[in-house]
Amino acid sequence: MRPAAVVGVGQTHHAAKRLDVSMAGLCREAIDRAMADAGVDWSDIDAVVLGKAPDLFEGVMMPELFLADALGAVGKPLLRVHTAGSVGGSTGNVAASLVQSGVHNRVLAVAFEKQSESNAMWALSVPTPFTMPVHAGAGGYFAPHVRSYIRRASAPEHIGAMVAAKDRRNGAKNPYAHLKQPDITVESVQASTMLWDPIRYDETCPSSDGACAVVISAEPTSGQAAWIRATAMRTEPTTFAGRDQVNPQAGQDAARALWKQAGITDPLSEVDAAEIYVPFSWFEPMWLENLGFTDIGQGWKLTEAGETEIGGRLPVNPSGGVLSSNPIGASGLLRFAEAAMQVMGTAGDHQVDGARVALGHAYGGGSQFFAMWVVGSEKP
Amino acid sequence: MTRPLSAPLDVGFDYTRSLGPTLGRFLSDLRRRKVTGIRGSDGRVHVPPLEYDPVTAERLSEFVDVTATGVVRGWSWIPEPLEGQPLDRPFAWALIQLDGADTSLLHAVDAGSPDQMSTGTRVRARWRDERVGAITDIECFEISDEPADPPVEAEAVTMVTTPVNLHYTHSASPTEDPFLRGLMEGRLIAQRCPVCEKVYFPPRPACPVDGVPTTDQIELSDRGTITTYCVVNVPFLGQRIPPPYVSAYVLLDGADIPFLHLLLGVAPEDVRMGMRVEAVWKPREEWGPTMQNIDHFRPSGEPDAPFDSYSQHL
Repeated sequence: MRPAAVVGVGQTHHAAKRLDVSMAGLCREAIDRAMADAGVDWSDIDAVVLGKAPDLFEGVMMPELFLADALGAVGKPLLRVHTAGSVGGSTGNVAASLVQSGVHNRVLAVAFEKQSESNAMWALSVPTPFTMPVHAGAGGYFAPHVRSYIRRASAPEHIGAMVAAKDRRNGAKNPYAHLKQPDITVESVQASTMLWDPIRYDETCPSSDGACAVVISAEPTSGQAAWIRATAMRTEPTTFAGRDQVNPQAGQDAARALWKQAGITDPLSEVDAAEIYVPFSWFEPMWLENLGFTDIGQGWKLTEAGETEIGGRLPVNPSGGVLSSNPIGASGLLRFAEAAMQVMGTAGDHQVDGARVALGHAYGGGSQFFAMWVVGSEKP
Repeated sequence: MTRPLSAPLDVGFDYTRSLGPTLGRFLSDLRRRKVTGIRGSDGRVHVPPLEYDPVTAERLSEFVDVTATGVVRGWSWIPEPLEGQPLDRPFAWALIQLDGADTSLLHAVDAGSPDQMSTGTRVRARWRDERVGAITDIECFEISDEPADPPVEAEAVTMVTTPVNLHYTHSASPTEDPFLRGLMEGRLIAQRCPVCEKVYFPPRPACPVDGVPTTDQIELSDRGTITTYCVVNVPFLGQRIPPPYVSAYVLLDGADIPFLHLLLGVAPEDVRMGMRVEAVWKPREEWGPTMQNIDHFRPSGEPDAPFDSYSQHL
């Protein structure tokens, strides 16, 4: 496998409703920024990979068909990737593999969601005949498992609020973030409405329109490069007897494979920044454990000690993360792109000083799809 | 073998499209009884206008007025129109090259009979009286050599609403079928994996872990344990149960996997993981092939189950 690097990243100004652009225009806002960042032209792009979450979200079957012109894919291979909420991460990994394998020299990965075209809560709660209609969107799905985590880890109740306050404060430093709440506090999060007990309003990701794009290349195209040191993806069924919904096996397996491939033996001391898919605040400690940053039941202690703040031992979601912007299909690629920005030193006000190794992480479905990568400033 | 049970599943949503500058101009002009194309880098005029050039991928911006008259370049007769199609009587789907355009637009032609249609037939737009800024502002095309109605003034549009309605017939699997028929008799039928001996309720055609058919049918009681739960306080479109309600994972006694159901008869703040519950069935005359025969679960009054008895089901 030959080395490959992220050489340019771009994203939209995420917002609840980007009524000024079409889906094509939204994608191009991110693509044009990524290509300018990489210093490349359309003639430099060999293939395009598009990621998008369920088609019911926009009511457009196979949007890759009508977007081919806008994605600059005419006359080139165009692949659509779909792994539910993790799709942005999977899109980055598929694009990386096309370069690492030697099939293509430069690949454009783009992912988007235009949530304002419909209502994801509705789309995720379509009542199936013969069943009990108790489903209540993603929050309704994940809230019982968050409760299980709190019980199993004996975690104090304020941890979720601490994560939410941190991520929203970080988002205020990110010019592209949907939510910017520099003055949010643990107390104000705790005072917000309980939506899906134990998940509060302020502990929940927003619904966003947005897109993200990255250019992945075998060789640097400008002065910057985030070298892809490892990629991993794993899957498991939504439900089976004995399934651990709090600490899914697929996530553990993906993380183990990732660290091994990256040559990392002690993730907590060797990773300088992590962009982890945290759509509901409690998933920060849950994924810290699942990823092997801490032992089981100890993730919340890292959060409580402030070690996941910018300046802490492992800054988590310096960009503000999914809790600050959630264009679902793009959210995973945003994690991957923000990790690349950290090691390229281009993250601006949310830059982690001296970051040389960073994690991008995404999960999707009922915590059943996992995609992650490690990027570094050094060529492997 | 009898046919598995089936039921209608209708999925519908009025999607709201933000148009952006190019499609916004096209649909605003349709509202004005004008058709606008856009010139590509190779000089071709695309109708409908493309946002990005198919050759260079650059954004296009040179709008070109074309007429609402043109020629049929290809067609297909629709003898029995379907729901949502432009006309409720037989019509032709046609690729129509408008005068001044280099590409063809797909639309309906109200031709009356396929005998009237041929490649090369001249047509003109029949404009709707009430125009909203949508492709359906052209009600259809009609066979004519005459010009279409002239443009008028109208406000620009930036959004269009696109209703999408899907009508499915949802069929139960052969494994689900006896389970659902059991529910009609007030029985809870599960399946056991012959390899790992895990008991699935609702049953599965195959064990997700071992990949073998679940052949052993067993009947469970309607008592169980709440493994975990959430309190749904948020209202949303399409919701069937008014919030707040407790959505709980119920592990029936003898089962190895919990399922989501409704918990009532206890204040949400008093629900506990490990709480013992029993089913409250609807009146028998309301029973059908559905888990909704169990109206809800309620606390049984038994002592809570110890954490270790259900911790492997979280």
